[in-house]
Amino acid sequence: MDFLTIIQVLDSTVRLATPLLLACLAGLFSERAGIFDIGLEGKMLMSAFFSAAVAAVTGSVWLGLLAGIAASLLLAGLHGLASITFRGNQLISGVAINFLAAGMTVLIAQDWFQQGGRTPSLIGGGRFGPIDWPLSETLANVPVIGPVYAELLSGHSILVYVAFLAVPATWWVLFRTRFGLRLRAVGENPAAVDTAGVSVVGLRYAAVMICGVLCGIAGAYLATALQAGFVKDMTAGRGFIALAALIFAKWRPWHAMWACLLFGLLQAIALRFQNIDLGGVVIPVQVMDALPYVLTVVILAGFVGKAIPPRAGGEPYVKER
Amino acid sequence: MTVPAIELKGISKAFGPVQANKDISISVAPGTIHGIIGENGAGKSTLMSILYGFYKADKGEIWINGKKTEIPDSQAAIAAGIGMVFQHFKLVQNFTVLENIILGAEDGGLLKPSLAKARKTLAELAAEYELNVNPDAVIEEIGVGQQQRVEILKALYRQAEILILDEPTGVLTPAEADQLFRILHRLKDEGKTIILITHKLREIMEATDTVSVMRRGEMTATVKTSETSPEHLAELMVGRKVLLRVDKVPAKPGKPILEIENLRVTDDKGVERVKGINLTVRAGEILGIAGVAGNGQSELLEVLGGMRPGSGAIRLNGAPLPLSGPGSDARARRAAHVAHVPEDRQSEGLIMEFHAWENVAFGYHHDPAYQSGIFMNNAALRADTDRKIEKFDVRPADGWLAAKNFSGGNQQKIVVAREIERNPDLLLVGQPTRGVDIGAIEFIHKQIVALRDQGKAVLLVSVELEEIFGLADRIAVMFDGHIMGERLPHETNEKELGLLMAGVNGEAA
Repeated sequence: MDFLTIIQVLDSTVRLATPLLLACLAGLFSERAGIFDIGLEGKMLMSAFFSAAVAAVTGSVWLGLLAGIAASLLLAGLHGLASITFRGNQLISGVAINFLAAGMTVLIAQDWFQQGGRTPSLIGGGRFGPIDWPLSETLANVPVIGPVYAELLSGHSILVYVAFLAVPATWWVLFRTRFGLRLRAVGENPAAVDTAGVSVVGLRYAAVMICGVLCGIAGAYLATALQAGFVKDMTAGRGFIALAALIFAKWRPWHAMWACLLFGLLQAIALRFQNIDLGGVVIPVQVMDALPYVLTVVILAGFVGKAIPPRAGGEPYVKER
Repeated sequence: MTVPAIELKGISKAFGPVQANKDISISVAPGTIHGIIGENGAGKSTLMSILYGFYKADKGEIWINGKKTEIPDSQAAIAAGIGMVFQHFKLVQNFTVLENIILGAEDGGLLKPSLAKARKTLAELAAEYELNVNPDAVIEEIGVGQQQRVEILKALYRQAEILILDEPTGVLTPAEADQLFRILHRLKDEGKTIILITHKLREIMEATDTVSVMRRGEMTATVKTSETSPEHLAELMVGRKVLLRVDKVPAKPGKPILEIENLRVTDDKGVERVKGINLTVRAGEILGIAGVAGNGQSELLEVLGGMRPGSGAIRLNGAPLPLSGPGSDARARRAAHVAHVPEDRQSEGLIMEFHAWENVAFGYHHDPAYQSGIFMNNAALRADTDRKIEKFDVRPADGWLAAKNFSGGNQQKIVVAREIERNPDLLLVGQPTRGVDIGAIEFIHKQIVALRDQGKAVLLVSVELEEIFGLADRIAVMFDGHIMGERLPHETNEKELGLLMAGVNGEAA
């Protein structure tokens, strides 16, 4: 395997890790505040469709992005209403959102575009294009540093950079600001926040809304940057992989990034090496494709050590007497 | 006359048909400690929740320092200078002391300046009130006594002038409780007003200047502490004369019923909680296990009751009982005539949603008396329940009521009736009177003593020293999974037991 191949695999790792990372950070905000969210998948899917649809109709990817975020926020609001205001079961609400998104996207897509539940392919301004860093052409031929700079770091869409910048930003917000302190507290012991005179409901809605925005960006990235348009079920379980990464990362931002990169790497390897020949034994492509999901199951089954979720996670807050 | 720090005028609050507070008025002078005493469900906590903005009163006014004040939420209570130390601490377990203290009282969007300021203020408060805690300690790694200090510091950091403490000594060792009262007196000397809610008469007598008594949502009396007596207060609480001491003849211990040898028990997290203890309980005696909650007593009871495996050896009437594997479960223990009144009646003693008559049979469902072919004989069960309800004076006397609709005391009577009426050789009792009103305490204690007088063995675990002194014929003190020592009640005192409970063994030293 030559150096350029490694760089290319890593480059596609970054691209594939991006939606996972955005969704993972989305889940991190929500779950740190005590609201479990298995509806990441549904929010991403809804956003993927609306961003592609609006981008296709208006020709503006930025309007598409806004539409995607708005659609995701709507579902986030629904989850908030069910699990915060009405104190419903957070898992059931999340499942409902996933089903809703899976059905609605295809239905509306068929009604609007009549292309078998997909949006028209996006071209030109309807997609997020790559951003080439200065001097990348010039430096491309410098050994080692050149390819790393030109291939790996440069040439991604803006949303990739947003996702990776969101990691330190999330860390800073959570651990260096008043909002972050309160957010973490409300996921651990809402009664402590309440008796300190701070609104539990307000904080939790804020967290759920941040989750909605990040899922919106993740969905828009899938449909308007990674791919060129929406197809049925295009999230392909990424919301659940993001959840697994979140548990793997034990709800910490930097760890979340590394976890998502690991999943991205597995997906990149599966894409690049379709049938791996190990001295006579050929590993079929299906095995490679299944790897991220296998890892998800392994992580969720608790093989990677005990992960302690936020203590008040999943439980609606009721003032006790 | 000075303006009262707090004045409540005609506070009423109903939850559905239940009148929790009925036309309550009190007035507390600044710089005093005011006690509020009453049985569980008398409405003490509701009243304080109204004062702290958790509930809105249906009627009535709150005056703080001579000014009518609306308290719609906790924020308003804090602004009015009220601080509250809840019975169950409101701390974030994995935060540091400092983070807990600034939570909700930060000075700006960024944490750094807030933390620095809190660190400085904390040092000043520590010096002023002898409230020392390590600001960087994580809450889950410090003891409950320390955690309580953090709660007090939280209130002081918010410049509280009025401090409300709800059952503050429930989780403390006697020494820690003494320390708490010293701190409270210090706060009082500095001009703070303190409201102490408790059901322990002794604390009221020792710590307060004035005391109000609540019964069934009403304020029945407010008196100067120096002009009253425990007996008088108990009578005001219950509405009739109560016997505060348990009336019993000296024990006549017979042959050993339960022998425990080198018993070791590990909890769910793999931590060893009982570390090789030896105990004997004889026929016709009550062995009391004293200790602060969480020192292995619960695990001891669970293993004896067949709810958890252990290692070592136990013998009942000379015959060994298995500690793990087949024959070590709760059903086998019951078959061996070991009855168990578990510590937490709501999660282990009863199914709260089920009828009283169903609860009366739990653990004994397979008794042939309750069977009719392959079916349960519900009629027999209900008849049995009615008998027990009458004998144990359960109120209301309605077997069809769900367990959750009985008061704490009556729930406990149902559990005690179920276990004692099986006529066991050994009765295991955990915290028999936790959350039980004084009237029912008296009754339950009588039943336990009556069982002893029939020549049965009783193992009593209680965190209430008064209960241990009142009931036990012999006292063993548990600390950190070890038996620190055994004493006879008339040869020891609270101070000595308190030291043992804190792990200080006078004999060894």
